[in-house]
Amino acid sequence: MTENRFFNRSEFIGILLLAVFLVVVLPLTLDVFRLNLVAKYLTYAFVALGLVICWGYGGILSLGQGVFFGLGGYCMAMFLKLEASSVENTKIQSTPGIPDFMDWNQITALPLFWKPFHSLTFTIAAIILVPGIFALIIGTAMFKRRVGGTYFAIITQAVAAILTILIVGQQGYTGGINGMTDLRTLKGWDIRPDHAKIVLYFFEVGCLFACIMIAQFVRHSKLGRILVAMREKEDRVRFSGYSVANFKIFAFCIAAVFAAIGGAMFALNVGFMSPSFVGIVPSIEMVIYTAVGGRLSILGAIYGTLLVNFAKTSLSETFPELWLFGLGGLFIAVVLAFPNGLAGIWSDYVQPRIDRLISSRKPKPEGWTDSSVADGAPAE
Amino acid sequence: MLVGHQPKEFLLAVEGLTVSFDGFKAVNDLSFYVDENEIRVIIGPNGAGKTTVLDLICGKTKATSGSIQFRGKELTRMKENEIVKTGVGRKFQNPSIYDDLTVFENLEISYPRGRSVFGALTFTRDAAVRDRVHEVAEMIFLKDKLNMSADLLSHGQKQWLEIGMLLIQDPDLLMLDEPVAGMSVSERAKTAELLNRIIKNRSVLVIEHDMKFVEDIAHKVTVLHQGQILSEGTMEKVQNDPKVIEVYLGH
Repeated sequence: MTENRFFNRSEFIGILLLAVFLVVVLPLTLDVFRLNLVAKYLTYAFVALGLVICWGYGGILSLGQGVFFGLGGYCMAMFLKLEASSVENTKIQSTPGIPDFMDWNQITALPLFWKPFHSLTFTIAAIILVPGIFALIIGTAMFKRRVGGTYFAIITQAVAAILTILIVGQQGYTGGINGMTDLRTLKGWDIRPDHAKIVLYFFEVGCLFACIMIAQFVRHSKLGRILVAMREKEDRVRFSGYSVANFKIFAFCIAAVFAAIGGAMFALNVGFMSPSFVGIVPSIEMVIYTAVGGRLSILGAIYGTLLVNFAKTSLSETFPELWLFGLGGLFIAVVLAFPNGLAGIWSDYVQPRIDRLISSRKPKPEGWTDSSVADGAPAE
Repeated sequence: MLVGHQPKEFLLAVEGLTVSFDGFKAVNDLSFYVDENEIRVIIGPNGAGKTTVLDLICGKTKATSGSIQFRGKELTRMKENEIVKTGVGRKFQNPSIYDDLTVFENLEISYPRGRSVFGALTFTRDAAVRDRVHEVAEMIFLKDKLNMSADLLSHGQKQWLEIGMLLIQDPDLLMLDEPVAGMSVSERAKTAELLNRIIKNRSVLVIEHDMKFVEDIAHKVTVLHQGQILSEGTMEKVQNDPKVIEVYLGH
């Protein structure tokens, strides 16, 4: 058997099932409003996917993924906002041709750092590079100095708080607490009507699967195994000749870029971006999605994100005050009872039953297999 | 060509090595030399600074002063992973292996290729890697356990696995911190046999308390006491040194 660098057989079936679920089942059973809600949930799935690599495999808990989600989202929103602020759309302003919130804040010319966002190519590059480079700087500053664990988590929280304060404070440049609203078109194509929402949903699912493939590739590479090794015995990896800091920086950067893509999808699908998706609370929520889905499972994190968000929407519609307690309780319950989340429940309780069902029809030879972390030595 | 007396080249030359932790000198003005293909055992009472010496050589602890020359390269100024690349391998006191990975994967990670981020992403498990892993696994008595998760190994097997992980790196200087601690008698004998086989073409620096084991393997013994050398020489010489008997062997 040749080695596949992306997935083994059971993972392939899992990815296929997820594809059928997202591409066929949901669009056929949900109306456009609900489908757009799923699109919103899936933007967080990008973040959860990144956290699986960074936190699940690498053991680096980041409580500031909202920062990267926000950076990606704001880059996209700046492009869309500029397009919505054409001279004829804004002719009632005292300075036509600049975003409305700038006009309200007595800014009379487009700030320099906004100008390149007239270009879609630049915007796409910025969505990847701005959060990527920011993560590289934070990662280098922290990991080269061997800051890790709780301290790292606290610092990411601080960064999330700082960025929120910065965005809210610089109202004239960022739209402040309201964020960037009233995003209308992408290269002249209206993103608001129902048919556009459906197209954007499928585009997002496509991007999600591209990210899943990247995550699978990383996981199955030696780098994925080094991340697991590092999580357990950092010194052993260091004294086997690896620069541990560089591997941590890589994991943190890839998680940041995934989160940023999710943020950009959010701006496109939901039609606005605001600091309420950047700060401490949303960042922690994103960690909860990953924990509930299973921090060691790429697909589990996606199901976890969908499930928690469905629960959030339906529960917060019924019990608006109690929802946050429910979320906190869920997190505690998962961590205490099922540290590997939904994916852990699946591989510990459901999978063995299915295997038994199959093997009762076809006896299989005894053999030890690792279901959750790695798939062992090559078949020979 | 120059003919005549030339200074002898040591593999490892430790000179005037001192490290102090908040004023406490764990290693104090220590100097010793290790030859090519020599097995050197460091013994000494608890707190003598034995493990600290290994920590200093492999870069885990930074020296306060002094120098460590390995094949003419100054190790005190290098990073841990660079020291590994110059050919120094270190085994820790407690078996330090990756429980969540299989025996094969544990060994594969130590294979000296693809150690950069990009190298690790593009690393392929080719025939050379597989052959070397199988070869080492056979040496460390774990040939039939390659696909087993490492946390299912016994304590002794974990120690062997870590020795195997060092072997696959093929270091010129192998440092072992209490390799037979916690092993059964038969495991101990097998480990001695293993060590005697793997010392070919390399030097080994071992910390050990088990005197029988030390006698079996040591070419030369260094006795540390309070961060300084108390005695050095053959096992026989050291065992008959009254100072050594007083502080260490007599107990």
